[in-house]
Formats: sequence, C-alpha cells, structure tokens
Amino acid sequence: MSNAPYLLVAWLFFVGLYGIVTSRHLVHMIVCLSVVQSSTYVLLLQIGWVKGGTAPLFLDVPVGTRAVDPVVQALTLTDVVVGVTATAVLLALALQAHKRSGSLDPADLRPMRG
Amino acid sequence: MTAAVQAVSMLAVGVLGALVVLTRRPENQAMVFSMYGLALTVLFLVLQAPDVALSELVVGAVAYPVMIFLTLAKVRRREE
Amino acid sequence: MRPRLVLFLVGALGGILLLAWGLWGLPGFGHYRGPYGNQINARAAKERHSSSAVAPVVFDYRGFDTVGEELILFAAVMGVIVLLRAQREEHEEPARLRTEELSFRVSESSRVVALALIPPTVVLGLYVVVHGHLSPGGGFQGGVALAAAGVLLYLAGEYLSFQRVYPVALLDLGEAGGAGGFIVIGLVGLFTGAAYLSNVFPLGITGTLFSAGTIPVINVFVGVEVAVGIVFMVYEFVEQTLLVRRRSS
Repeated sequence: MSNAPYLLVAWLFFVGLYGIVTSRHLVHMIVCLSVVQSSTYVLLLQIGWVKGGTAPLFLDVPVGTRAVDPVVQALTLTDVVVGVTATAVLLALALQAHKRSGSLDPADLRPMRG
Repeated sequence: MTAAVQAVSMLAVGVLGALVVLTRRPENQAMVFSMYGLALTVLFLVLQAPDVALSELVVGAVAYPVMIFLTLAKVRRREE
Repeated sequence: MRPRLVLFLVGALGGILLLAWGLWGLPGFGHYRGPYGNQINARAAKERHSSSAVAPVVFDYRGFDTVGEELILFAAVMGVIVLLRAQREEHEEPARLRTEELSFRVSESSRVVALALIPPTVVLGLYVVVHGHLSPGGGFQGGVALAAAGVLLYLAGEYLSFQRVYPVALLDLGEAGGAGGFIVIGLVGLFTGAAYLSNVFPLGITGTLFSAGTIPVINVFVGVEVAVGIVFMVYEFVEQTLLVRRRSS
C-alpha cells in the first residue's frame, strides 16, 4: 500500500473529466476543469515529499536537515496563479458565447459558420 | 501520526473534489470550490509546501469566487 | 446524452486503470530519489544567500521558465481585455451617469468590514511580496493578496472610488512595467558579461531583507504585475456587468 496516495490524482482527474463530459452549464464545466488542473498540483507535490522531511526553508533550521524537494514546489506555485488567469480567459469566452447564442448550455452551442 | 494526518487530508480533498463536480448550480459550486481550495491548502501544508499552500489560499479565496460570481451576474443581467 | 455518457465511462475505465498502473510504478511515496532537489537544498543558502530554497529555484536557477509564466499571465490579461471589449452592437455608458445604481445595495456592516480590511490586506500583501526570499511568499502570492485589496474596494460598494483609484492608464503602466521590469533585470545580467538573468546584484548576508541579489527586486516586479493584472481582469468583468449595454435601436 505504499503508493496508495498517488491514486488520489487519478481519482481527481477522472472525477473532473466526468464533470466536464456531463455538464449542462459552461461555468460548471470551467470549474470542473479547475479540479482536473488541481490533480496535477497534487501529483507534483506528492512526488517531491520526503519521509521525515521538513519544508525547504532554512531560516530556523540548519542547512543540512532533511527537506522536501523545492523544484516541484517552484513549478507548482507559479502554476496555481497562472491557472486562475487562464480560467478568467475561459470565463470571458463563456460570456461571449452567451451573448452570441443566448444560452450557456454546451449542447446548444452551434459550430461557427462562415 | 503523520500518516494519519495525510490520510485525512487526502480523503477530504477526494470527497470535496467529487462534491464540486456533483454540485450542478454554478452559484453553489463557487462556494464548494472555495472549500475545496481550503482542503487543498491543508493538503499542501501537510506535504510540507508552504509556498504552494499560500498561493492556493489566496487564489481560491479571492480570485476564483470573484470572477465566477461576476460572470454569473452578467449572464443573469442579460437574461432579465 | 446517454450514448456519450456510456462512451465516456468505457474510456474512463480504461484510462483510470492505465493511470493507476502508471502511478503505482512510481518510486515509493516519501522516497524521493532525485539528486537535483537535495543538491539545491544543500547549496541555495551558500550560493545565493537566500534562506528559502524555493525562491532561488523560481527566480534564479530556473528564472527563464518564470519569465515565460509571467508572460502567460500577461497574455491572459490581454485576452480578457480583448474578449470583453464593447462589441459593435453594444455601447458603454459613462459611469457618472449611473451613480445611484452603481452604489448598489450593500449593507452597512458589509461596507464597514470591507473598508476596514483594506489597509491590513495591503500591508500583508506588501510583506509577503518583499519577504519572498526569506519565508514562504514572493511576487505571485503577494500580488494576488494585493489584488484582494482592490477587489475589497469594489465589494464595499464603492465602484466610483474603485475607478478613481485604478484609472486605466495607471493599470496599463503598472502591468507593462511589471512584465518589462523582469525582462530588463535579466538584461542587466547580460550587460555585466554573465548569462541572461544571472544573479549579479550584491548578495548580502543570508537572512536579512537586502540579500539574495536580484531575487527581491524581481519579486517586487512580479508582485506589481500580478496584482495589477488581476485587478485589471476584475475591472473588465465589473465593467461588463455594470456598464456595457446593448444599443437600444
């Protein structure tokens, strides 16, 4: 059972994907996409965790103490903030789709013509 | 002890993630998503990543709910 | 709808089995093997005089990736502005004509709490931005906290103050300055003969505020850019909601 925590990633990914596939509202779909994104953050941090390790900050503890991996934390922290701006672009697109076709139901959106 | 705390926080994240997807109304979903952000922050802290936890906390509390509610307000205003 | 759901469940079953099989084959949870992280933990304080090991990775060792990420943020803000501009059949009403409707019905207690929270939020945001190389924090986190202060102004019902504190020209300048400042700091590295984005400012004593060379300076630029970017996006959404109307014809 040593790798059981990694299965949380698979669960989050497919739960979010299920939400996207069965969604009837564009904003609901966008929030489910955020859940899928968060599964990748969890995977990155789980890979970097060291048993008995502390946070990679050496203000109070001496430099040699066992600490978790700082590289994956660096990747994830910019990822979180940039993810929210990408969500903002998607929300603006959903707004424009509503203006054009009058509905936020993905099944009602027709492909563009012309 | 650490394993118990980790197990509880991962379970909370899994359950709340499923709840976010199962909440169909976007107004309610925005609030459940904020709770999910809080559970993620606790999980990131338990995995010894305070920088990432801080990011997720400010983003999940400030940026996401504000933008979702503004989009929904605009959509509702057009429909009335 | 039903056939799509059945197709998805079949595909998802296969997908989740493959993903679980792949995840099970990773090195054990807690037994991180990579040498890179351990080397950085051992050397970051000595080489860059920073007590956080994450900040040098973000802004120094892998600083070029962060330039790219910041430009993604910049492009996303541009995307939101372009998408939410007034279309041909809409027009944007000037805000001063709609004062009564804009100061919408916010209860007095909400207004007081929101307004009272603005100064502590600004101070906290500035603290987090400036102490990025010493404790958890940095430009990205502190920038969002500073944007929270701006959003609180809007939530207190003061839309006109919101517009006066954040005129569009200042927002444009702040965002361009933040993104451009980061890139220019990298060029300073080039001018002194080292590689782009080398840490060429004086490294102070580890643990003090003025240490770690270029890292606190870059943190300030990134904090400004993220804060202004998010406030700008919220401003665009608010304008869409309150001011853009279909042309009545």
